[in-house]
Amino acid sequence: MATHTFKLNGKQISVDAEDNVRLLWVLRDLLGVTGPKYGCALEVCKSCTSHINGKAFNPCSVQVKDIQPADEITTIEGLPATVGKELHPMQQAWLDMDVSQCGYCQPGQIMAAVAKVKQAQAEGRELTEADLDELRNICRCGTYSRIREAIKAGAEDM
Amino acid sequence: MAEHRRSPNQSAEMAADERGRLGRRRVLGYLIAAPTLAVGVTWIANSNDPQTADAAVPTLPQPEQIFDLGDLQNLAAAPTSGLISVQLRTDGTAYFAVPRAEVGQGMTTAIAMMVAEELDLPMDKVSIGLADARPELLMNQLTGGSNSMRSMFLPVRTAAAIARQRLVETAAAQWGTPASNLTTRDGVVSGPTGRTATYGSLAEAAATSTTITVSAELKSRSEFTVLGRPHNRVDAVDIVTGRKQFGMDRQVPNAKPTMVARPPTINGTVKSINNLAAVRAMPGITDVVAISHGVAIRGDTFGQCIDAIQVVDATWGPGTVDNESDATVLAKLRAAQLPMAVPPLLSNTIDAEFVFAFASNSPLEPDCAIADVRPDSAEIWASLKVPIVAQEDIAKQLGLPIHAVKVHVNQAGGSFGRHLFHDVAAEAAEISQKMGKPVKLSWSRTDNFRQGRTHPMCTSRVRVNYLAGNVLSYEQRHTSVQTDFGHGLGEMITSTAAHLPVAGNLSFAETIFTLSQSSPYNFGVTTQLLNEIPLKFNTGSMRNIYSPNVVCAEELVVDRLAAKLGQDPVRFRRNFLRDKRLLAALNKAAEVGEWGKAMPKGMAQGVGLHAEYRGAVAALVEIDCRPETVNRPIPDGVSGPRVTKALIVVDPGFCINPRGLEAQMIGGLQDAIALALTSSLHIKDGIPLEGSWDNYFYTRQWNTPRDVQVLIMPNTSDSPSGAGELAVAPAFAAVACAYARATGTMPTYFPINHGKLGFEPHPLEPSTPQSPTDGLDHTF
Repeated sequence: MATHTFKLNGKQISVDAEDNVRLLWVLRDLLGVTGPKYGCALEVCKSCTSHINGKAFNPCSVQVKDIQPADEITTIEGLPATVGKELHPMQQAWLDMDVSQCGYCQPGQIMAAVAKVKQAQAEGRELTEADLDELRNICRCGTYSRIREAIKAGAEDM
Repeated sequence: MAEHRRSPNQSAEMAADERGRLGRRRVLGYLIAAPTLAVGVTWIANSNDPQTADAAVPTLPQPEQIFDLGDLQNLAAAPTSGLISVQLRTDGTAYFAVPRAEVGQGMTTAIAMMVAEELDLPMDKVSIGLADARPELLMNQLTGGSNSMRSMFLPVRTAAAIARQRLVETAAAQWGTPASNLTTRDGVVSGPTGRTATYGSLAEAAATSTTITVSAELKSRSEFTVLGRPHNRVDAVDIVTGRKQFGMDRQVPNAKPTMVARPPTINGTVKSINNLAAVRAMPGITDVVAISHGVAIRGDTFGQCIDAIQVVDATWGPGTVDNESDATVLAKLRAAQLPMAVPPLLSNTIDAEFVFAFASNSPLEPDCAIADVRPDSAEIWASLKVPIVAQEDIAKQLGLPIHAVKVHVNQAGGSFGRHLFHDVAAEAAEISQKMGKPVKLSWSRTDNFRQGRTHPMCTSRVRVNYLAGNVLSYEQRHTSVQTDFGHGLGEMITSTAAHLPVAGNLSFAETIFTLSQSSPYNFGVTTQLLNEIPLKFNTGSMRNIYSPNVVCAEELVVDRLAAKLGQDPVRFRRNFLRDKRLLAALNKAAEVGEWGKAMPKGMAQGVGLHAEYRGAVAALVEIDCRPETVNRPIPDGVSGPRVTKALIVVDPGFCINPRGLEAQMIGGLQDAIALALTSSLHIKDGIPLEGSWDNYFYTRQWNTPRDVQVLIMPNTSDSPSGAGELAVAPAFAAVACAYARATGTMPTYFPINHGKLGFEPHPLEPSTPQSPTDGLDHTF
C-alpha cells in the first residue's frame, strides 16, 4: 500500500491505496466522491468521465499510480468551481433543456460535453453534428436528442 | 369539524352526484391523527379511466380494448388501499412518500405536480420520497405496466385537496370568518382583510387527534395551473451536480464492495473453489464464500474485487440452459407455434413469420444492493419496483419473519423492467448472511448482460386473408420463451381473476398478453394468441412486454397488405383504423411529417401505430439505408442504417407534464431504434456472448436521429394514460417499415444486424474482464 497525492477538485489530497487500483475506485470507494459513476469499468460506457488537467478521461481505466502529484483531477462536483460559479454553463444548459431522465449517465455526459466543446474551441472551429456523433457516452434512457440540444446551447455560453 | 364527518349513507349520496359546481369532483379521505396535518386516502380505482370499447364492426372489440392491464392493476388496487398520506410540516413543505420506484421515468415530478396543484403550494415546497416496503399495501406497491400515473392521479390529488381544505378551515376558525371568504395561493391562506397565514404556521393547528373522514372537491381541469404545464424534473439540479444519490452511491457502515465470480453458463453453480486461500490473500480482500451461483468476494474497493475475480479457480456445476443457442431456441419456438384457424386463400393470403432475438433490459447503473443480515434481523437497500415481494422472499430465504426484514427503495439509474425482480437484493442477502457482515453487492457490467434478465426470444407469425379490397381475417400467433412474471403480479391476478371479462382458464402470461394486445384495425376475424416454451432463461418484461414485437410484426404486414391492395400505407391505415384517437394521431403525423415527400433512393419514410395504456401514438420516421451511411466507419460500434428524422405524435388522454411526457417518447424512440436495428444478445452454449456496451449495441449518438420531434395531441380525457412504454412499439414498427420501404426487402429477423456478430466476445472466464489501464492514452 502506498500513499498517492494529487489535486482533486482544487484541493491537494492524499490517499492510501494499492498502486494498481483504478482511480474510479479510489474516488468512489475510498474518498466518497460519487459523481463519477460506475457503469462498466471497461472504458466503454463513459459514465465515469471526469477531467485530468482539463481533458476528458475515464478514471475506471487509469491506475492510481499513474496519477502524478501535480495532476489536477476534476469530477462533476468540481466543475462549477472551474468557472467560479454555482453552475457551469453546461450544467445550466442541462437544466434548461431538462435533459436528465434517471440521471445516472449525466455527470459523465456533462464532463464529456465540456471537453468536446473545449476541443472544438481550441481548434478554432464551431461544434458540428459530427462532433456530437463522436460522443460515446451511453444514455440508456435515450435522452440523446436533448443532450445534443443542451451541448449546443451550453457551448454558446462557454 | 363535525360538519365534515360523513356517514356511509352520506358518502353514497355524494357518489350519486360526485361532480358539483365547476365540474369539480367530490372525493373522500381521512384526517389522520398526527402532530401536524396529515391526510390519508384510500387507494380508489381511477373511475375516470375511460373504457374505450369501440363499437366498430365487423371486428369485435378484443379484451384489451374493454379492459386493459392498467385497469386490472387499478382494480387490484381498489380494496387494498392501505393509507397513502400527504403530510404538511411546520416549515410549510408537504411530504409524500410514494409507494412506487423512481427509475428515471419522472414519476416523482408528476406526483409533486399533483400535490402542488391541489394544495396550491409551490413545486419547491413539495417533497417526494420513496416508501419502504409496506406489506399492508399489498399489490399497491408495484411500479410497472405504465400504471403509476393512472392509479395515483386521483388518490394523490384527493389527499392534497383535503389538506388544502383543512388549512383553510383552520385559518377560518382562528380568524372567526367563514371558510368561503378565504383563498389559498403559493402556500399561504389569505382572508378578506388582508390577513394571511402560511401553511407552515397552520400545520399544527390543522392536525387532528382522532382520525376522521372528510370530503373535499378536486379542481376541474379548467382550473389547473400546474398540471398540464411543462415542469422540469424535481431532481434535475441534484443530477447535474452529481449530488443525486443512487443505490450505487449509498454508504452503509461497513457494507464493503462485493462482487461475484460467476460460472460460464446461465444460472450455473459452484462445485468447489480450488484456490480459496489464494483468493482470500489478494490485496484488499476481506471475505470469500461460495454462494448459489458463484464465488462472492468482499473487499475494500470494487476494483480489488475485480482483481480477485481474475484469479478464482473454481469447478462449476451446470446451468439451466447449457445446451441452448440462438438456433436451438428458435427451433423449439417454431415447434411450439400454435396453428392458424383460418385456411389460406391461395393467392389472396399473406403469411409471414418474424423472429426477435433475445434482448437485455439492463439499465446503465449495474444491478446493486446493500444487505446487512444479522442473526435475528436484516436490512436491505435496493431499487425495487415490487419491494413487498422482495421482502417476503428474502425473509423466507433468510429464515426470518417478514417484519424482521426492513426493505428500503433506492433511487435507480434506470430500470426498463429489470427492477421488477429482486435477484441482486436476494443475492446480497445470501452473501451477507454467509459472511456475517454487511455487503454492498454490485453485479459487474458483464454479469448484467450475461446472467441478468432478458427479454426472451420470440416469433410472431401472421396470416391475413383479403379479397376484393377487404381484409377477411387477421391472425397472429406469438410464441415466446416464457416471460417470468414471478415478481408478484400473479398474486394480483389471483385475487382479482373473478372480475376479469376474459373467458376461460387462461394462464397468467396469456392473461397479460390478452390484456395488453389488440389490433386497431377492422380486419375481420381477428385473433392474437400466445404460446410459451418453458426454457429456464432469466427473463422478464422490458419496457413493454409483448407489444414491440407484436406491433412490429403487425405493422410490417399492414404495409405489405397495403401494397397488395395498391394503396399508400397511410391511406390504407386511414381506411381500416377503428381507433379514432389513433386515426387523429396518424393524420397529424402524416401532415407534420410530410408523409409521401420525395426521398432519395435508399431512403424512405415509415409509419407505425399503437394504442395501449389508454394512450395512442403514431410514429413517423425517415431512414437512410444508402451504402455510404450504412458503411460509415465507427470504431468499436455498429453503424448500419440511420434513422435521420423521427416524429412521435402522442395522445396521452390527459397530459400531466408535457416535458416529462416528451422525454418518455424520446426514450421510447431510442429503445425502438435499438430493437429494430442494432441491439440483441447472441446466445451460444448457454450464455450470451455480449459483455459490454460495445457488444450490446444500444442506440448511441451516432445512431440517434439528428431531428427528433414530439407532438402532444390536445387532451382527450380527464385521466392520464400510461407513458413510459407507450412509444416503443409504434416507433419500432415505424423503423422496420421504413427499412422495408427503403431497401425493398421486408426484414423478418430483428434486430436487422443480428446475423453478423460485430465484436470479439470477452472470455467466459474470468466472468468479469479486468479493467483497462490505458485511460490516459484516450483523453480529449
